[in-house]
Amino acid sequence: MDLALAPETLARWQFGITTVYHFLFVPLTISLAALVAGLQTAWVRTEKEKYLRATKFWGKLFLINIAMGVVTGIVQEFQFGMNWSDYSRFVGDVFGAPLAFEALIAFFFESTFIGLWIFGWDRLPKKIHLACIWMVSIGTLLSAYFILAANSWMQHPVGYRINGEKGRAELTDFWLVLTQNTTLNQVFHSFSAAFLTGGAFMVGIAAFHLMRKKHIPVMRTSLRLGLVTLAVGGLFTAISGDTLGKVMYEQQPMKMAAAEALWDGEEPAPFSVFAYGDVDKGHNEVALEIPGLLSFLAHSDFESYVPGINDTNEALQEKFGPGDYKPIVPVAYWGFRWMIGFGMASFSLGLLGLWLTRKKFLLPAAYRTGEDEVPRLVLLKRPLGSRLTRLYWLAAVWTMAFPLIANAWGWIFTEMGRQPWVVYGVMRTEDAVSPGVSQAEVITSMTVFTLLYAVLAVIEVRLLVKYVKAGPPELSDSDLNPPTKLGGDVRDADKPMAFSY
Amino acid sequence: MELHDVWFVLIAVLWTGYFFLEGFDFGVGVLTRLLARNRAEKRVLINTIGPVWDGNEVWLLTAGGATFAAFPEWYATLFSGFYLPLLAILICLIVRGVAFEYRAKRPEENWQRNWETAIFWTSLLPAFLWGVAFGNIVRGVRLDADFEYVGTVWDLLNPYALLGGLVTLTLFTFHGTVFTALKTVGDIRERARKLALKVGLVAAVLALVFLLWTQVESGDGASLAAFGVAVASLVAALGANQAGREGWAFTLSGVTIVAAVAMLFLTLFPNVMPSTLDPEWSLTVTNASSSPYTLKIMTWLAVIATPLVLLYQGWTYWVFRKRIGTQHIADPVH
Repeated sequence: MDLALAPETLARWQFGITTVYHFLFVPLTISLAALVAGLQTAWVRTEKEKYLRATKFWGKLFLINIAMGVVTGIVQEFQFGMNWSDYSRFVGDVFGAPLAFEALIAFFFESTFIGLWIFGWDRLPKKIHLACIWMVSIGTLLSAYFILAANSWMQHPVGYRINGEKGRAELTDFWLVLTQNTTLNQVFHSFSAAFLTGGAFMVGIAAFHLMRKKHIPVMRTSLRLGLVTLAVGGLFTAISGDTLGKVMYEQQPMKMAAAEALWDGEEPAPFSVFAYGDVDKGHNEVALEIPGLLSFLAHSDFESYVPGINDTNEALQEKFGPGDYKPIVPVAYWGFRWMIGFGMASFSLGLLGLWLTRKKFLLPAAYRTGEDEVPRLVLLKRPLGSRLTRLYWLAAVWTMAFPLIANAWGWIFTEMGRQPWVVYGVMRTEDAVSPGVSQAEVITSMTVFTLLYAVLAVIEVRLLVKYVKAGPPELSDSDLNPPTKLGGDVRDADKPMAFSY
Repeated sequence: MELHDVWFVLIAVLWTGYFFLEGFDFGVGVLTRLLARNRAEKRVLINTIGPVWDGNEVWLLTAGGATFAAFPEWYATLFSGFYLPLLAILICLIVRGVAFEYRAKRPEENWQRNWETAIFWTSLLPAFLWGVAFGNIVRGVRLDADFEYVGTVWDLLNPYALLGGLVTLTLFTFHGTVFTALKTVGDIRERARKLALKVGLVAAVLALVFLLWTQVESGDGASLAAFGVAVASLVAALGANQAGREGWAFTLSGVTIVAAVAMLFLTLFPNVMPSTLDPEWSLTVTNASSSPYTLKIMTWLAVIATPLVLLYQGWTYWVFRKRIGTQHIADPVH
């Protein structure tokens, strides 16, 4: 059959589209849940109104976002059975457990406490209401942890044995699946990247308002919180990216060789900045390289040998029999670069902003600003001119989505870089697809999902823009006088609900 | 009782929990057309389930995830075999979730009306399709020796399964109507009670035929007992509703759902998906289940996590125990 229309190709496209789309919402959900919880904690502790207004503002954006994350996540729970039934039969004994843990522990947590938080403003005492958003945050983190443990098992299967009689993989050590170094590094990397994403989102929107000198107290606080989140998240993303890369050099040398378009092993190996390769001939025509850096990325020294695509392919052929074990090299190569490039661009913007908006450190007293003023951007001893200031705010707005692009390419890289395997070294993707699902069925579902997701994306972005532009809401009496009793105070019995659909 | 039998029961419990809980919120979705006279009443209805529908839906995700882990073969066969109906359900659940969350986020009437239309259809369709799916599971489908579904989508739309769909649709609508009577105040509460009688009678007739059909075709003593409980509690629910005992009416309509689902699973056991081509090709608790080690871990998870879930979900219902009327909706046209 024509490869482009093979069931496996179609099912992969559908999985790719639905999963990348789902993951646009996941990192924002993870980071915004924690950031909103942090802001609300500040409100409960200090009773400063700006924190409550910030909580409501970011909380609204968080809810618009999580709604999409939740509903697109439903597809993920069933798609393995629908389109990858042979995969499900073969690995369900191992792979199903973390999914069940995710549902029974994390999903219930998230969904129940988000309902309590949304509708609970006039039904729960202040501190219990605050606890609810923290529960949501814990739920999002647990959810990510379990699904990353499942994915890590596909990257580097451990704690299992093959039962020849039943023709499937069986779990032997669940603890190992949850704690192997692939899992821990992927979790570290994904969590950091999530906060990088949320930080950039917050900085961009705060910059949008500060540029217009609007909602200054709330946006000033948000800018600061966003910049710190962005810088810390960015730093940890870089560190965890490095450690995860080293793990991958051990576990999937082919993925990392493809990430560098390093066709033949070198000692020491250079890091490629730009390359244009000829896949058929197995070498690059153009290459711009930094000597020795790849050796360092792989093994922490500038001298050691790093195997190339061709060497690794031969080694894999020896181990698994004849065949081609190369992923699509340009996708891996450019995916890797876009992931790092977009992610680190945001990180740099955060570092720069943190320096420019410093409060006291090496800042002449004349340029320090109060809570009701737009922070002045001071490079060294003097503030930036109005054009440069505006340029920084604009850059923050326009690069808001950079981490989303980086996240998407990160997943495309790690999943496509593992090919032709669905479970590395254990099961090939072509053997994983549902044999009973027809081409027409997959084309139908893929078309429906793509169209629906496109429409929902337009609706979601428009709503976000509307609420971003509206700015933080004014506070009402009932906002400032939360109930003292569970279920709401008696005096409020006939008052309209603080929130209703 | 071996672990795979325990897990058969637990999967049944998860589906029962799902139908009990999302059953009434599907029903409330249907009522937005059937009961509400104006937009303020629509909002009252939607807000009775506002804080809880999402948590209710997670019972489905958990049933899915637990089936994957405990019975991988069942998970694989069921969801690849019922591909298009499941796709329809997923699309509905996606749109429905967004509809609840986004409806009130813009003041334009068109915007809100569109989402209201969506809430009605995306509640009605899954309520019907789940019955069709379970009708087919109980009755058996064309599975080959590799446990692959080899029938077509039209085979799934057989009279027995379609009747099953009507049963779940009407039963869930009844469940939602008595829930509405329990959770609202004012005019809408009275009308909900009146409507419950009509919907309940239709549901009773359909359920009686469907369950009797099931009992005659593949029932045994245990399923007969569940059948009896289902019918008796449905009749009692109607009586309680007439007597104005709303809490009892809701509890009893819930018991009906529990008993009816229990009956379907009792007739299914020890199969999980019978093959109509050859009994040898049926998926059973033995040939579909995971290894003892995985089942042991899953059992620990269920033993620890499920009571906690019930506890905090129950607490949510208690927090939002107050009845809602049009006076509690901030701005009726908003």
